[in-house]
Amino acid sequence: MCENCTTFRKGLFAHRLLIETGVDGLYGRGGVFEDVIHRFDNLITSFGGADGAEVVRFPPGMNRALFEKSGYLKSFPNLAGTIHAFNGNDKDHAALLEKLFAGEDWTYGQEATDIVLAPAACYPLYPTVAQLGALPEDGRLYDLQSYCFRREPSQDPARQQFFRMREYVRIGSPEQVTEFRQTWLDRGRELIAKLGVPFDVDVANDPFFGRAGRMLANNQRDQKLKFELLVPIESTEKPTACLSFNYHQDHFGTLWGISQHDGETAHTACVGFGMERVALALFKHHGFEVEKWPSPVRKALWG
Amino acid sequence: MKTVIRKLIEQHGRLPVAMSTLADGQDLYAAGLTSFAAVQLMLGLEEAFDVEFPERMLNRKSFSSIDAIAACIAEIAPQKAVA
Repeated sequence: MCENCTTFRKGLFAHRLLIETGVDGLYGRGGVFEDVIHRFDNLITSFGGADGAEVVRFPPGMNRALFEKSGYLKSFPNLAGTIHAFNGNDKDHAALLEKLFAGEDWTYGQEATDIVLAPAACYPLYPTVAQLGALPEDGRLYDLQSYCFRREPSQDPARQQFFRMREYVRIGSPEQVTEFRQTWLDRGRELIAKLGVPFDVDVANDPFFGRAGRMLANNQRDQKLKFELLVPIESTEKPTACLSFNYHQDHFGTLWGISQHDGETAHTACVGFGMERVALALFKHHGFEVEKWPSPVRKALWG
Repeated sequence: MKTVIRKLIEQHGRLPVAMSTLADGQDLYAAGLTSFAAVQLMLGLEEAFDVEFPERMLNRKSFSSIDAIAACIAEIAPQKAVA
């Protein structure tokens, strides 16, 4: 794809920032890399922590039945990851080992479990909010972070299959959630400016699958439902989305039956931070050695 | 053609209002057409009229009213417009 990203990836491996596993987009993280992620996490909290969001942490898996209802497979069948497991008897076990040692496909007997991998930090949230009943008058606000999975193997280190997403999710009236998104569009710019990396904010669309997806993507753009804060990492022509600002209108409210205090369907919006991508943007623009990063950047992260 | 379009909207549009109350020029999104229902409608139209909407028509505006849909079909398949 691009020569530079291969070089960048090699540098990340050489400095033990990322650790190679043999699978593109699946990496271990070194201590320094994790420290940068942790400091950036804190920086986000310094901007949003006073808003009083309820902190919720889900594991990187979600209830398969709820995932099926979420509509993710309508839009992104190619990105979803499901968890399958062995569910056989002694005879099946023997057959599995026979195939395994013969170097043949042993996975055919694996059965889908009731867990799928979370494609975004907020997917498991909405059904749990619906269970709480109608929203209070000022709506609800959540602070989420989890590893997420998207099946898109790539040599670009900024496109990983397992990555962390921090999110604030606002659920309420159209006015409440659009105001929230505007606030974060402003905060996002201010926050990334502190990190001393070049960026741009632009209208965007999700990578919806197929021709039907083309139409959904165009609709999303026409209505300016998604913005991204982009930082050049792999290339300047195609900068990487590091933050995204999404207004779902009443999509999740209708889907999960979330009502406002007056009975109207709730609207939702979220701001998502690609944790690894922001860390990578920092390493790309300031170098592999954090001690040598510009002092305003070090101050923003380490204080 | 508009009769067929109306039937398809009824079938795929999942509108909360009766089709008979909608004028040809009326905004379908304002009437409750969602993005996902618009996709189903688009696929239904392609099958019914045996056409394939080009990329430039795969947007919100093309499916925003019965008139707009009819204009798109008339443009890509003029022979179908008289049917």
